[in-house]
Amino acid sequence: MQVALLLGGLVAGISSVVGVFTVLRGQSFGGHALTDVSTAGGSGALLIGMAPVAGFVVGGVVGAGVMEAIGVQRPRGRDLATGIVLGAATGLAALFLYLDSTTSATTGASQQILFGSIFVVASSTVPYVIVFGVVTLALICLVYRPLLLSSLSNDIARARGVPVRVVGALYMLALALSVGLSSLVTGTILSTALLIGPPAAALRVTRRMNRAIAVAVLVGVGATWLGVLLAYDSYYWGASQNGWPVSFFIVAVVFVAYLASGLPARWAGRKAERATPAQAENAAR
Amino acid sequence: MFSGFMMNAWTTASIVAVVGGVVGFFVVLRGSAFSAHAIPNGAFAGAAGANLIGVNPLVGLAVFSLLAALGIGSLGRRGRHDVVTALALVMMLALGALFLSRSSEYEPEIFSLLFGEILGVSSTEILPVAALGVGCIGAVLLLYRRLMFSSVLPEVAEARGIRAHVTEMCFLVVIAMATAMTVPVVGALLIFSLMIGPPAAARSFTDRSHVAILLSVALALVTVWVAIAGSYLTNWPVGFFVGSLSACCYGVGRGWAVWRSARAVRRSVASALG
Repeated sequence: MQVALLLGGLVAGISSVVGVFTVLRGQSFGGHALTDVSTAGGSGALLIGMAPVAGFVVGGVVGAGVMEAIGVQRPRGRDLATGIVLGAATGLAALFLYLDSTTSATTGASQQILFGSIFVVASSTVPYVIVFGVVTLALICLVYRPLLLSSLSNDIARARGVPVRVVGALYMLALALSVGLSSLVTGTILSTALLIGPPAAALRVTRRMNRAIAVAVLVGVGATWLGVLLAYDSYYWGASQNGWPVSFFIVAVVFVAYLASGLPARWAGRKAERATPAQAENAAR
Repeated sequence: MFSGFMMNAWTTASIVAVVGGVVGFFVVLRGSAFSAHAIPNGAFAGAAGANLIGVNPLVGLAVFSLLAALGIGSLGRRGRHDVVTALALVMMLALGALFLSRSSEYEPEIFSLLFGEILGVSSTEILPVAALGVGCIGAVLLLYRRLMFSSVLPEVAEARGIRAHVTEMCFLVVIAMATAMTVPVVGALLIFSLMIGPPAAARSFTDRSHVAILLSVALALVTVWVAIAGSYLTNWPVGFFVGSLSACCYGVGRGWAVWRSARAVRRSVASALG
């Protein structure tokens, strides 16, 4: 249980940090596509007897490279290319998972890869996760300011001499690593939730970058811990001794957090409406 | 390969290809690739949920696809569209995971819902699938002018009273219907490849929309037939073939486009020089 909380928190925090830039760059689809490429990597790794986490990370890096390489200038073209890569990778994953199920004795391979295996992570993978996690964070710290600038406005960044392509490539690497790691916790399909949800919620609540990152990490880690706790508890709900999937709880909490993040803006809007008549009275006096 | 029960697969797959090709043309035109990817994930949740409460999965598929489409359409107006689509997508998948975990079958069930299963549609389901297919195509025909207008000339469409978000919502619903009928055979995760690869290739080959739609359907049919045959012969998942072949279609289309523009440049340089 402690391993789950530690790993989950670490991975969620990293995802949230990287995800802030993903959301800023409008690359939600790309981030999601990477998770599917990771699926292919993880299931491929399982097939040749490696630990899935290695496959996740390798798959993510290769996928990021391919997407960089076929990057098309117009956003619409980029979306199509992303979608095609996603489709091909998912098809490959389907093949690997199928072969997994027929060749080896590993049952539940699909479930593990796709929906996460936080409770059954081998303790031997913990060091890898920590190392890769630190590397990812270091990458982001390294390029923080240029990355921020180029995410907010590519043209201004270029005008100010920021090596946009290099920064972009480093960011993609960090993204690939982060996706690979979070696939371990919630499974590849759902690591998008940790990548996009907390940052999106944070950016709706504040415009200041430092605050946004802090809020994102809080939401991400909080959702993960809450999810793990709820999943643990759900074993005792109802008659059947069958717990609810941890990934469901994490995603649900993130989703609710995102919806809730829209509330402050609406309240502010209503407060402004209510304030106006009073202000008009004051002005009239 | 063409015996009794396989005929179901061939028939359904062909219907799937036609609908996918037609709807996909507009998906590519409108740049709705992400939504087209997200909505089928709703279908996955729906099938799992229907399975849980003992209802026909096709019904669950349809209902949840619709919910996903409506959710994305309405939430997308208030928040960022791509963020909302991503979150709706994962929420649906998470729900699907939950439903599946509650039911007794887990592994094989996930697999066929996500990646496709030749025998995914029984003969009793062909009629509803065909009906849904006809419905989709009918809807597209009805919305044809609006879709073309709002996709190609959004400002003019707006000026002429074609409200963008209504059209978008209707189109998302069409995607939902198309998804609901196609998921059982091709799988939730791969159906959208069919809606992207062949149409994108078709658009690379021709500028005329009618021709493009027909070509898109033709390519989709070829893709699906090869996928069914391949899956039958190797036992590999249908989705694998669909994903790979769609990528090939796209690649061929892109290659053709690049070659054609290179040829045009060579010609203009040649004519300029002599």
